[in-house]
Amino acid sequence: MIAELGHFALILALCVAALLGTLPLLGAHYHRREWVVLARPAAQVFFLLVAASFVALAWSFYVNDFSVTYVAEHSNSLLPTMYRLAAVWGGHEGSLLLWIFMLAGWTVAVAQLSHTLDETMVARVLGVLGLVATGLLLFVLLTSNPFGRMLPAAENGRDLNPLLQDPGLVFHPPMLYMGYVGFSVAFAFAIAALLSGRLDAAWARWSRPWTTTAWIFLTLGIGLGSWWAYYELGWGGWWFWDPVENASFMPWLIGTALIHSLAVTEKRGSFKSWTVLLAIGAFSLSLLGTFLVRSGVLTSVHAFATDPRRGIFILVLLALVIGSSLTLYAWRAPKVALGGSFALLSRETMLLIGNVLLVVAAGSVLLGTLYPLIVDALSLGKISVGPPYFNTVFVPLMAPVLFLMAAAPLARWKHADVKQMARGLWIAAVLAVGAAIAIPLAMGGWTVLTGLGTMLAIWVGTSMGLQIAKRLKSGIPPLSFWGMQLGHLGIAVFVVGVTLVGGFQEEKDVRMEPGDTVLVGGHEFKFMGVTQVQGPNYSAARGQFEVTQGGRRSSTLYPEKRNYVSSSMPMTEAAIDAGLTRDVYVSLGEPLEGQAWAVRVYFKPFVDWIWGGCLLMALGGLCAVSDRRYRLRMRAPAAALQGATT
Amino acid sequence: MKKWKKRGAIVAGGVAVVGVAAALVLNALNSNIALYVTPSDVVAGKAPHGQAFRIGGMVKDGSLKRDNLTVHFVVTDLAKEIPVSYTGILPDLFKEGKGAVVQGRLGPDGNFTASEVLAKHDENYMPPAAQDALDKAKKPQGVAAQ
Repeated sequence: MIAELGHFALILALCVAALLGTLPLLGAHYHRREWVVLARPAAQVFFLLVAASFVALAWSFYVNDFSVTYVAEHSNSLLPTMYRLAAVWGGHEGSLLLWIFMLAGWTVAVAQLSHTLDETMVARVLGVLGLVATGLLLFVLLTSNPFGRMLPAAENGRDLNPLLQDPGLVFHPPMLYMGYVGFSVAFAFAIAALLSGRLDAAWARWSRPWTTTAWIFLTLGIGLGSWWAYYELGWGGWWFWDPVENASFMPWLIGTALIHSLAVTEKRGSFKSWTVLLAIGAFSLSLLGTFLVRSGVLTSVHAFATDPRRGIFILVLLALVIGSSLTLYAWRAPKVALGGSFALLSRETMLLIGNVLLVVAAGSVLLGTLYPLIVDALSLGKISVGPPYFNTVFVPLMAPVLFLMAAAPLARWKHADVKQMARGLWIAAVLAVGAAIAIPLAMGGWTVLTGLGTMLAIWVGTSMGLQIAKRLKSGIPPLSFWGMQLGHLGIAVFVVGVTLVGGFQEEKDVRMEPGDTVLVGGHEFKFMGVTQVQGPNYSAARGQFEVTQGGRRSSTLYPEKRNYVSSSMPMTEAAIDAGLTRDVYVSLGEPLEGQAWAVRVYFKPFVDWIWGGCLLMALGGLCAVSDRRYRLRMRAPAAALQGATT
Repeated sequence: MKKWKKRGAIVAGGVAVVGVAAALVLNALNSNIALYVTPSDVVAGKAPHGQAFRIGGMVKDGSLKRDNLTVHFVVTDLAKEIPVSYTGILPDLFKEGKGAVVQGRLGPDGNFTASEVLAKHDENYMPPAAQDALDKAKKPQGVAAQ
């Protein structure tokens, strides 16, 4: 019964979304106020209906209603409650419902928080969001209904994929989707601005906090996913250039370009067309990501059962969104007034180059991701594009971005003064080059990549110090300034992590019998043996390792090899002793003859800096959106209105 | 500087960036693509020489042998078989009778030395390359039977 209610709510949500996607837009065009004012209430009802539907599905999981096919396929009565709820988005249908739930959340947030925006603009923004929602709701209802029943009901469920039974995975998809879907707001603002012909600084100012918020979630989502892959997959890697990782990374790259371009549009009035194009691009790539992940054309951890209808449906949706928004852009963009002019050497130019590099980098990732699909579609054979491709292309493209990232904030708008910039930056340059030689040598060996990485990280770090010192001379800077600094610090910290773990990690696959020791990265690992343990829905062989460093005991690690009862899937559960400057990591391979096991041991210097960097970036974004001026400007018109009425 | 000159410089800069990126991409693609080949193709000598490639297929039942950390097994498309050896820890879902993809090089003795073994993350899942190899090998037989 509950499942049917959920299904019914979803159908009603489709009707409301269709209404939201048409009447307010038409009303804005034909100046019919009674249609325009429909936007807000429609958005609220739409949110409530989708929320009801989502809760209905979550309830079906909670009470183990195995007559619902989707529940039977992704849950089990032995599954702990937390994972039963996470199982709601453990499969294709539920994760799409989560997508729509997020979209509804963003839509209602725009409706609630935009009271200072002019009514027609709100109607247009909400209308565009309604159109997007209509497309996705049709997709869910026609091809991927999570509320389908099966008769007779299953005795018990097939259980959630053991890989997904992990706290990291409870939060990774919602975070990622919040980010993905959040770009729909930036997209809706851009389309609304194109429709109204009002592409100005005010539009950029409205759009900025929304875009940054989406970017924060996406950053956290990607960071969580990478962290999960690191400790859960048992391979010790943090990024695999897996097509699905790429699918989330491309919107991030474009989104990063977008938040910087929006800053220029707001402050200087330049780059308007470029900003609009980026907003369209970021959301299109989010949709493309959904298509790639959900259509089953990609084969990876994330690809669920293949259904060609789904792929075609999303492809059509994608073509409609990209096609119609680019047509609108082509039609309207020539009318956009040019912004303030700037010299060849100015902050604008540096931001523009950084932007172009980010877009090109996203393009190269896109190419590497789609190339095997295109080759396959043209029946030219089956190929795979491996991580070396991405590394060789990506590093040279990102190095100049990092270089500019340190220099641009010191450059003036309009016209930068080289001498004045050089006065500060030479210190940063000297320190960076010195560190690039010294640090890798001190850690045990210089390579081009470790040298480059350290140089860029120190270059960014010291330049930040210069910027802060310079800015403090003219009083306490606003939160948005600290936001930028924190975000850039996050990048520097991230680069330190990537460089040092890439250059100095040690890995050993060894055969160990109880009592054997192995030395990795200055740590001695002693294998104490394996015992059998019982979990709620699995049984496991648990190994015990005593780790000592320089004769001192540093930790005891208990890696597990689990076997999940209902799916009979084996799972490696790595054991990690995490630290600020290094992780030690042990995972059990397979049992060999007698008491011996194949064991994988890692020493990972500074690996946690990678996710620390992501966290700092997100914190930076949080500072930027909490800046007073967004709230002030929101309040100012309201105060003026009150003044007028009293 | 005149406006058109400045604009020209920016455009030239953009073209240069894209050009360099394209060169990087082409170069990287050239050396980092692994071709998927079926066991039948390998036996027919259609596999690339002196270059890493991937074989998709099924791990033959009863073919798995361990020699400390080195494992030997046979990948088959049910028509032809290729012996494979790999040193290291196999992925969780690697099993006899299931699909797998191996990446590596073919030795002169016809032995394939894998540097990477991929098995996917769901017990019912068959890597498409493995499925494809099975389908291809099946097809001619099916026609002959009719």
